[in-house]
Amino acid sequence: MLAIYRREMGAFFTSGAAYVFLTVFWLVSGIFFFNGVIAAGTTDTSVMFNSMFIIVMFLIPILTMKLLSEEKKNKTDQGLLTAPISLWDIVLGKYFAALTLFIIAESIVFIYAFILNYFGNVIWSTLIGNYFAMLFLGAAFIAVGLFISSLTENQMASAVVCLVVLFVIYLSEMLVANFANGNFAKRVLYKIVTTLAFYSRYTDFTRGVFSLPSIVFFLSTAFLFNFFTVKVLEKRRWS
Amino acid sequence: MIEVRNLTKKYGDKVAVNNISFKVEKGEILGFLGPNGAGKSTTMNMLTGYISSTAGQVLIDGTDILEDPKKAKANIGYLPEIPPLYIDMTVDAYLSFMYDLKKCKLPRKAHIKDVCNLCKIEDVRGRLIKNLSKGYRQRVGLAQALINNPPVLILDEPTVGLDPNQIIEIRTLIKKLGKRHTVILSSHILPEIQAVCDRIIIINRGEVAADGTADEIAKNITNKHKMTLRIEGPTHTADDKKLIAGAIRNLAGVKYVRADMEREKGIYDYDVETDGKTDVRRAINKLCNEKGWNILMLQLSDLTLEDIFLKITMDEGFDRNEISGRKSKPKISIKAGENGKLRAEQEADEPETFGEDMTDEDTAAEEEAVSEEETAGEAETADGEESAAENEESNGGEE
Repeated sequence: MLAIYRREMGAFFTSGAAYVFLTVFWLVSGIFFFNGVIAAGTTDTSVMFNSMFIIVMFLIPILTMKLLSEEKKNKTDQGLLTAPISLWDIVLGKYFAALTLFIIAESIVFIYAFILNYFGNVIWSTLIGNYFAMLFLGAAFIAVGLFISSLTENQMASAVVCLVVLFVIYLSEMLVANFANGNFAKRVLYKIVTTLAFYSRYTDFTRGVFSLPSIVFFLSTAFLFNFFTVKVLEKRRWS
Repeated sequence: MIEVRNLTKKYGDKVAVNNISFKVEKGEILGFLGPNGAGKSTTMNMLTGYISSTAGQVLIDGTDILEDPKKAKANIGYLPEIPPLYIDMTVDAYLSFMYDLKKCKLPRKAHIKDVCNLCKIEDVRGRLIKNLSKGYRQRVGLAQALINNPPVLILDEPTVGLDPNQIIEIRTLIKKLGKRHTVILSSHILPEIQAVCDRIIIINRGEVAADGTADEIAKNITNKHKMTLRIEGPTHTADDKKLIAGAIRNLAGVKYVRADMEREKGIYDYDVETDGKTDVRRAINKLCNEKGWNILMLQLSDLTLEDIFLKITMDEGFDRNEISGRKSKPKISIKAGENGKLRAEQEADEPETFGEDMTDEDTAAEEEAVSEEETAGEAETADGEESAAENEESNGGEE
């Protein structure tokens, strides 16, 4: 697993994907920071974190799009799958490489906190809580992206599908918002969507609610999709 | 070292590999031979655990590749058809990655250096793989397979894309590796297999068509009691054909005679088949002596690997019995053409009546034109066998 992790980290930087990801992430989060915090004259970072859901949604596909699709396309998966390692080693090695880059990117908020420190008292509990909320959200989304990457040989297809899926996750709650008082089917749908709600679970944190069930939810999503990815690799072998 | 039992792979309805079984002993170099799409790569992918089998078992050093993949795979070095290279890495970084991936315990620097020396990629170690030529990439692929000194090496068409010098180098290298490793090598290039391998398995349409050393396969497929004669008759006209063929047919032990083409002016070739028990060569010699004919050539059928390959892979209605030598009349015979090259010739089963031999010439000529085209490419490699076979007095050891 470590070998694959190290190679993926190297590949992120040699292929330039890491630079694109970090640049865009930091640029856009910087804008959110300025607008939501500095310009608003507050030291509460919640507004910024709330907007950062959008960055996560748009940038995770860039991170995950080529992780497995490229391997399949260039037939380098043959080297991995015939090496004395398990499928979990392969999947988790790649998963944690992407997650590491994501953590590096979001850790920029500590620099923002440092800047805020000059203007007033930073509300650390919100900041730390949100930092972890975003980390777990990213962990879940990266697993989804990795899973989608394992389904195709084409990185563009992988990126687009991943973006659409994350976008649907984001929009789903708004789409069913007025189903709460509808007929039975609508109420069931509403119930399902609000239970699986990534967005409101995330925004709960930005309001200062640190809920353990949501953390468990994000982590189980991450586990589940990594499990699916392993199954996809296994299935490909058996087909 | 490697045992394959009833291995089968189906893609939906299409059977890619059908019930293949074989064993490879330690230190053996096994050649996998077959036309494109015969199932060589599929078999190799199953041997290495890249894809699973639909049915059957692969045991590497006694370990089932599907039951304990980690242990089994640790014994294998695999060079797939397309080397699994990360083109944005340097050779050094890539080999180091493979070293980690295979959980190699040997001293890192020394081991990678050894492997690079062996594959002659020392001078490109610092370069990005995407800037390397095909030949170098192939060698990096081979180096990758050699990391961790696996006891089993599986190489899928290792010399594809190399120039002739590199091909010779790689072959020498494989031979050298064969002393310490068990090697399975696939190719559709016959001389390569002949030059490198101890044992050959010919695969056709997903089935093992032949298994053994080149000699063994040839022995099984050849009918020992078949020979070609070139006899100079008295008149140097087509009349000779009838006369000579008739006389030979009357000899004891001769089952079938067919007058063939006019190979030299006024001189004809005769295909003779015996009952397999009698050695008729002396009798023929005596006969010719008495009649005043001259034997210009006597050649026992002796198949080269090319002929076997052609026969097995091009024969649509291929019959397994032929390979094991149980069928009495092979559909193939070896002819020495005017250009002195050996070639295999496909024959239709013809009735044994002599009268039809007159029309034979035309069909034989057509057949020859076809087979000339087909074998032109491979003909050069038959030189060795040809000189032996052209020898008029075959040294009788064939019995």
